[in-house]
This record gives sequence, structure tokens and C-alpha cells, in this order.
Amino acid sequence: MLARAADGCFWLARYVERMDNIARLIEAAQSMADMAEGAEEWRSAIVAAGCEEEFYAKHKEATPDAALHFLATDKENPSSILNCLAAMRINARAMRTMLTRDMWDSVNGAWLEARRLPPDAFAWERLPETLDWVKTAATRYYGAYETTMLRNEFYWFTRLGTFIERADNTARILDVKYHLLLPRDEGVGGAMDYYQWTSILRAVSAVRGYQWVYKSEVTPWNIAELLLLRPEMPRSTRFSFEAIDAALNAIASSHDGRRGECHRLAGAMASQLRYGRIEDVFEAGLHEFLTEMIDHTARLGVEIRNFYMR
Amino acid sequence: MTAFDEMYDQDGGLRAPYAALADWAKGADAAALSAKSAEAERLFRRIGITFAVYGEGGDPERLIPFDIAPRIISSREWTKLESGLIQRVHALNAFLTDIYSDREIIKAGRMPEDLVLRNPAFQGAMQGLKPPGGVFTHVAGIDIVRTGASEFYVLEDNCRTPSGVSYMLENRAVMTRLFPDLVRRAGVAPISRYPQMLLRALKSVAPPNCEGEPNVVVLTPGQFNSAYYEHSFLADEMGVELCEGVDLVVTDNAVFARTTKGLTRVDVVYRRIDDDYLDPLNFKSDSALGVPGLMACYRQGSVTIANAVGAGVADDKGVYAFVPDMIRFYLGEEPKLENVPTFRCGVAEDRAYVLDNLQDLVVKETRGSGGYGMLIGPKSTKAECAAFAAKIKAAPEDYIAQPTLALSTCPTFVDEGWAPRHVDLRPFVLMGAHGVEIVPGGLTRVALREGSLVVNSSQGGGTKDTWVLRPQAGA
Repeated sequence: MLARAADGCFWLARYVERMDNIARLIEAAQSMADMAEGAEEWRSAIVAAGCEEEFYAKHKEATPDAALHFLATDKENPSSILNCLAAMRINARAMRTMLTRDMWDSVNGAWLEARRLPPDAFAWERLPETLDWVKTAATRYYGAYETTMLRNEFYWFTRLGTFIERADNTARILDVKYHLLLPRDEGVGGAMDYYQWTSILRAVSAVRGYQWVYKSEVTPWNIAELLLLRPEMPRSTRFSFEAIDAALNAIASSHDGRRGECHRLAGAMASQLRYGRIEDVFEAGLHEFLTEMIDHTARLGVEIRNFYMR
Repeated sequence: MTAFDEMYDQDGGLRAPYAALADWAKGADAAALSAKSAEAERLFRRIGITFAVYGEGGDPERLIPFDIAPRIISSREWTKLESGLIQRVHALNAFLTDIYSDREIIKAGRMPEDLVLRNPAFQGAMQGLKPPGGVFTHVAGIDIVRTGASEFYVLEDNCRTPSGVSYMLENRAVMTRLFPDLVRRAGVAPISRYPQMLLRALKSVAPPNCEGEPNVVVLTPGQFNSAYYEHSFLADEMGVELCEGVDLVVTDNAVFARTTKGLTRVDVVYRRIDDDYLDPLNFKSDSALGVPGLMACYRQGSVTIANAVGAGVADDKGVYAFVPDMIRFYLGEEPKLENVPTFRCGVAEDRAYVLDNLQDLVVKETRGSGGYGMLIGPKSTKAECAAFAAKIKAAPEDYIAQPTLALSTCPTFVDEGWAPRHVDLRPFVLMGAHGVEIVPGGLTRVALREGSLVVNSSQGGGTKDTWVLRPQAGA
């Protein structure tokens, strides 16, 4: 497979995942802001989306209107939902021969639908409906690739894109929100408002999942474990890194076992998460742990590129 | 000037190939047909088969209008066309072989030397080069017009990177989806194996020292090229990599693709890039589309380029006038398909006739394409004719003229309902080491404006599905 094609399908999957994540972040921020005084909520969404710098270069304050505009439609924000969609279409067109017809349909179909969105699609009244549409567009892509792709390199590079983006996103959300929600004078485990904490779960669509796994009240401790270490949670960093490790190994075995730094790094991170314990994470410092996780995820992206995409 | 209609003869009688269509059309009302038209447009948008035109304003992803009424050719008519096309492509290929080796046709005084050696498409770098299988024109698009029941003329040859074959195939796919019953009842010959035939032809001309299965790639200028959809479609249908210049690299006198496994040897490049952009070391040095060193590999025979570099000489409009004579010269046969009578303005007596009769003629620039740079006498004002006369006098060699042909018409579904519109036909002729092959069909282009003779998509043309009927199906 062409190196450029591997790069293209990797990024196509990342943009789909990013678009999906931004839609979920907006939903979570909105539902929180409806309940509480919400400026912090929107600031944290901006930080979790990884575009703090770009946002504050334009805006003094994360008002709901400014934040929503920036995350959803702003042309100057490369990760806005509409820009993700445009980037998906450009990558899909460039990788056209690698996509199955269903995959093409899902991207091109979403792009055609976006061209017909009413001008007020991202106004507050229509927002829930539009965000549902965005998430459906992403789901259509996942469904199309899982059900129609040959299990060859292209599939595995697509999975890499999805899960690297997802691991990064989950780690960011946990990092930003966790510390935002911790009262200044209390340690972890203090009295917390249920709704506040569930906003983290909402941002990764895991409110119900939490109940199924823990069958108990929402505690910060469990939330961190669910998002970092639980194997059954499809947006946990552990789940993501196990998928990344498996994808890299599948590619390596189709290349006569050829491996490099990206394989070592992914394997090390997957093991660390697989055998890690939440109490150890807290002992060492959650923020430090997450910072390292985010840095390593970024480095892994670079190593994959160096090894396969040039 | 009354044009020949392919559905109804002069007395209004139904021509046999259109029987199934006419029968079916009786039961179809206009609203249902409009709905089918809209459905076709939706399908094309969904497939993304757009003719992208960037930098001209407007929607950068235009659809070429598609007409739901098929253009139908009988089996007998096709057989005749097919043998004429095969003969013509053999002659064009023989001509290219000759002009890049001994130039017998010039020595024999059958073709002016300047027309070949001073032709902008002539590539000195090809002198003495014998491409694998002796093939120069792997894919040729031969434009055919019809003027009567048995009168077919070749209007133009396209020997460089003829496009449109994806429309031929997708039009059929859409028609089969919209009108499955009609397609089946009419007895239409299938065309869907074209990509496999193309791949076979390309593999057959792999370099002689190629070991194992030849690795074929499609070379595209990229996704902002107007024909990008076609490039990706063909690569996909053949199951080969779609490369841009940056994906290919020359090392150790061979061409390689940059893949996730490292460098992979490439044997055949089906290029959809013009000669001038193929290799910045040989042609335009500022071009970023090509592959530095590609030409050197080609000359050494480590890679095959299809179509061959320099094949454009054969489709020059000035050379066109000599094709019937080429057929006699190289094949010792009489042409089975005729040329449109052509006046070469470079020849004094032809020029005099052309200047006297501009109002009745079509004048074309020999290097022009896409329907630009031409004068359609009967549709032009006196002033336009006078302006063109001045251009001809200034550079007579650059112009040819032909009588205005009454291109045949086909029923076409337009806003007002059914109406006859002028059509042409571009069959795609494949040549490999094993010979020449054609799928029964081609791209029918239709001039959608009433009375217009210009079928080019850049000037309001659309396309139709082209049905060649199977031998047992009707005439």
C-alpha cells in the first residue's frame, strides 16, 4: 500500500473520530451549562478539545456562544466540526480507491447533507438534532469500515487513526475535567455533586456504561478507572491502546515481522494500561499520569508516520 | 440541412434498434421520467462522478448532465464500426512506430516532413525507442459522428490520454439501476469488463525483463484534476495503486512506489498526465506532477509508459487528414471508416476554398481541443467569420476546415419533453501485445442545447448511455 494512502486513511479516521468527539463534548458542556453557571464548563470543553491556544487568541472569554461557534462551525478552527467534515471529504477523495463503496457513501453522503444544512443548524434550538446527525455520520463511517473492509493494511491503518485520536481525546477529557471538578480544599473522594461528575461520563457517552460496570454511585475514583483501565469500555485509554497495539502487530505480521519504535512504544503503553492499578495511578499523580499518556500518544503518532508513511 | 435521426427514419418509421425503447416509452409518463432523471442525478452525486473544474468560480464539482434516453446501435452497425476502428488504430500505431524509427512515410513522400518533425507533440527523445509489444497507443479514443443510416465518419483521434471511459461505465451502471427491465429486454451487450481488458493490455506490455506479475499503477495529477474521478475509478476497478508523482521515485535506474513496506518496483505506468509534465528532468522543469528520472528509465526499458510518450503526433488535427492514406501505406488496405473531408489551410488551393466558403465550414485549430478555438460557419456572424479569416491568413498551417456535418440526432429528454438532439460517439480502443480490443460501446455525448452541434462538456454537452445490441437482439 502506498505510504501516502496509509497517511490518508489514518487521517480520515482521525478526523471522523475528532468530529464525533467534538459533538459529544458540546453535548456534555451544554447539558451541564443548562444546570449550573456554565462558563467553566465551556472553557473546559475548549481545553479538552485541544484548541485552547487558538480559541483564546480570538476570544477573551469562553461564553457559550463563542465556544459553540468555535467548536462547531468556525472556519479558522481546523478541528471544528465543519472543518473535520471537509477534511474527511478531501482525504476520502484522495484515497478514493482504498475506500469501499459504503465507506465512500458514508463520507460523501455526510458531506452532501452538510451542504444542505439550514443556516441555523448549529443555533441552540436546533443543536441537539444537528449533533445527532454529526454522531450518526461518524457512526456510519465506523459501521461501513467494520462491515465492508478487507482486513488488510488499510483497515489496520484506519483503526490506528480511530484509536489514537480516541486515546488522546479520553485522556484530555479526564485530565481537564477531573481537576476542574475537584474542590480546591478537598482531595479526591470528597463530597461531589453527581451531576458534575457525570458530565465527564457524558462527554464519552458512558453514563449507562458506568452503571453497568460498577452498579454503584458515581465516584471520581471509579470514573478514572473506567476511562483509563477498564477493558470493556470502548473509549478507555486501555481499550484504545490494546486496539492500537493489535493493529500495529497485524501490520507488522503482513510485513514479514518488520517492526520499529512505534511497535515498542505502543506495546509498552498497552502493557502499562493492561496491568496498571488505579490506586497506583493516583499515588503517582493522576495529572502526571495523564500528561505522560497524552505526550506518548502524540509521540506514537509521529513514530507511526516515520515508520510507515514516508 | 436535415439531420439523420437514429430513432425515426425520414418517413417517421421506427428504426429497428429502437423498437424496445419505443415500446417501453409508450407506457412511461413525463412525471415518472422526470423522477428518474432526478434519481440519476442523485446517484451521480452520490458516486461523486463529478467533472471538477477548479478556479473558474461556481460549483467546483459539476455534474455532466446525463440524459436518460439511451443511444442505440445495432449489432450489425457495431460490427462494421468495430472493424474500422481496429484497422484505424493499427495504422495509427504503425505510424508512430515509423516516425520514431525510419520515417518511411516521409521518405515515400506520403506525408510532409514538417507536419511530423515540427509538430509540438513530437518527442525527439523517442527516436529509436521501441516500446514493449511495439505498442504506442494502448488506449485510443476515436470520435465518430454519424450522418446517415450507413454513414459513419471519424471526426478526431485521441491518442494521448483520452478520457470519458468512466462515464461510459457509470452511465450503464446507473441505467441498469434505473431501468433494469428495459436494459434486459432490449438485449444490450455488456461492457463492464473494460477495466479487466485494460489491465490485461497494460500487463501485456510490461518490460521484457519484468519478473513475476507486472506491477501496474495509474499516475494521476491529483484530486484537483478535472478527470480525477476517472483516474481513481480505473485504479479501483483494476485493483492497482493510484499514484501521484510524489508516490514514485527513481533509484538504480528503475521506478519504485513509496509504500508502507518501503520501496516497491513499478513495471507499467498508466499515466493520465501529459507528456510535458511526466518528468521535470526531461520536460517542464518546474512541474511538480511528474517523476524525476522517469524518462531515463523508460528509455532504458525498465518501465513501460502507457500511452507512449510522443503518441500525440498521431492525433494532431493536421495529421488527421493523412490517416486514410496511412491505412493504405502501412496496412495495404482501403479505410473501412472514412474521414470527414478536410481542407488543410496550409495548402494554397485548400486555403482559397476555405476562405471563400467560411460560412459553410467548420474551422478548427490543429492544436485546439475541447471545442475551443473553432469556428462553426453556419452559426457565426459575418464579423466572426472575418476575424477567423484573418487568423487563418496569419498562420494557415494551424487550421483545418471541414464541411458542417449534420450530426445524427437521438431522442433526448429535455425540459420540454422528448426532442431530437445531436450526438457523437467515442469508443475506447485498447491495444496490448496480443492485439486490439474494443468493448461494444463508447461514450455518447449529446449537445443539449437545441440545434447545437457542440457536444463538449465544457460547452453545454451531456452524456447518454450507449447501447450496442447483442447479435440476436433485433437488427
